[in-house]
Amino acid sequence: MSYDPTAAGTTADDITAEEPPTLPTDRRTGCPFDPPAELTALSDEPMRRMRYADGHVGRLVTGHAAARAILADPRFSSRYELLHLPMPISGVSGELPPAPVGDIIGLDAPEHTRYRRLLTGKFTVRRMRRLTERVEQLTIECLDAMEQAGPAVDLVEAFAQPLPALMICELLGVPYTDRERFQSHVATLFDQTADAESKGEAHMALLQYLGELVLAKRAEPTDDLLSDLTTSDLTDEELAGIGGLLLAAGLDTTANMLALGTFALLSNPDQLDALRADPGLAEQTVEELLRYLSVADPLLRSALDDVEVEGQLIGAGETVTVSVQAANRDPRKFPDPDRLDIHRKATGHLAFGHGVHQCLGQQLARVEMTVALPALFARFPTLRLAAPPQEVPLRDHSNIYGVISLPVTWDKEQTHE
Amino acid sequence: MSDPRDPLRLSVDRDRCAGAGMCALTAPEVFDQDDEEGLVVLLHPAPAPEHRAAARMAVGLCPAGAIALDAPDSTDS
Repeated sequence: MSYDPTAAGTTADDITAEEPPTLPTDRRTGCPFDPPAELTALSDEPMRRMRYADGHVGRLVTGHAAARAILADPRFSSRYELLHLPMPISGVSGELPPAPVGDIIGLDAPEHTRYRRLLTGKFTVRRMRRLTERVEQLTIECLDAMEQAGPAVDLVEAFAQPLPALMICELLGVPYTDRERFQSHVATLFDQTADAESKGEAHMALLQYLGELVLAKRAEPTDDLLSDLTTSDLTDEELAGIGGLLLAAGLDTTANMLALGTFALLSNPDQLDALRADPGLAEQTVEELLRYLSVADPLLRSALDDVEVEGQLIGAGETVTVSVQAANRDPRKFPDPDRLDIHRKATGHLAFGHGVHQCLGQQLARVEMTVALPALFARFPTLRLAAPPQEVPLRDHSNIYGVISLPVTWDKEQTHE
Repeated sequence: MSDPRDPLRLSVDRDRCAGAGMCALTAPEVFDQDDEEGLVVLLHPAPAPEHRAAARMAVGLCPAGAIALDAPDSTDS
């Protein structure tokens, strides 16, 4: 069966079934690290019907095995124009527009493959590990500045945001000093409360900036990724679009993992003590934080065909919302899933997605987190929250979850080089 | 699993590879990525016994299903 939008979610058993629920989004007060309770309550039901913003009835996937199967299956498309939105965006009605030029997240093979192949060589495990020393230097600079500014700083502003921003800017060849020309626009793109018009304006402004930069790199190439890509067969428009995507992805993802990860470790002192006692646990601590926090959520796909997953038939045209945070708390995959346990093997989590769209920058994110978190706790042995945990403002309305700010403090005489 | 008689054989499909690097991260003795496209390079189609567990894990973690396992007990992967 081919894709037919009129067939979506209107099969006979839909009509007789009771009204399916919408996507649960409310986290319990005082549980900033846990998914909404209604999401994880579905652990023995890996998939269920869900109502979308426009009334479409599609699926919500919360089980790990089902999530993995769907994300790996090319019969589930990533094309935006085939998706229904779980939650409304003000100003968007009807069909979503297709992915803008360079936004490869919204493409399928073979178009996606062509772009991705130009990029994967720039983000290999080996290349990213070569950046370790540079990440260490930048970390020290950020920690020095933080130490001078405090005690009592906002960790987001002092550390979690600048470190990955400095790194992605350097890698791409985007001047960090230009950040007022892109940082707020990226924030608007991820903001679920922003309307379609302001998102459109932010996107245009970001492309305008990247477009100017691409022309400058063509005229005078420097030693960076954008300059490298000017030797490929990509057009200026494609280059600006891809540059904007990589910049946005590099700015707002690791930053939220660093701040929320710090919050999680400070809230689980036994785990933090274990990490401090054995820095060799850094890599698996990062994997466990990725699983436990799953900040990039959910992922959307559209069934191009009737597909059976875990014994259930998903009809062609149905939108599928894959809840990564729920899948990463599936007790069949991760026993005692709501416990942050840095000794567990969290490998196999879906925090970076799965399938051909799996995060391109994941090896950079791993290097950044593995360096930055232990360095932060080593520099400030007395680091602690400077506000009651329930007062830490959360990014409840962003495509990337995290904290808006994280007030922290430390004892001044007790810092280490 | 690491039965020395178990002739674990691996093969890779570079056309399917998504260059995510999970194999090179998980079993660096068995898999690498080329510098140009970042696609999988199979270093040892028949990995040594001490690298078999990691190699099997890499098969399961590959996001694109680009690594195939050809072993008598391959069903346990």
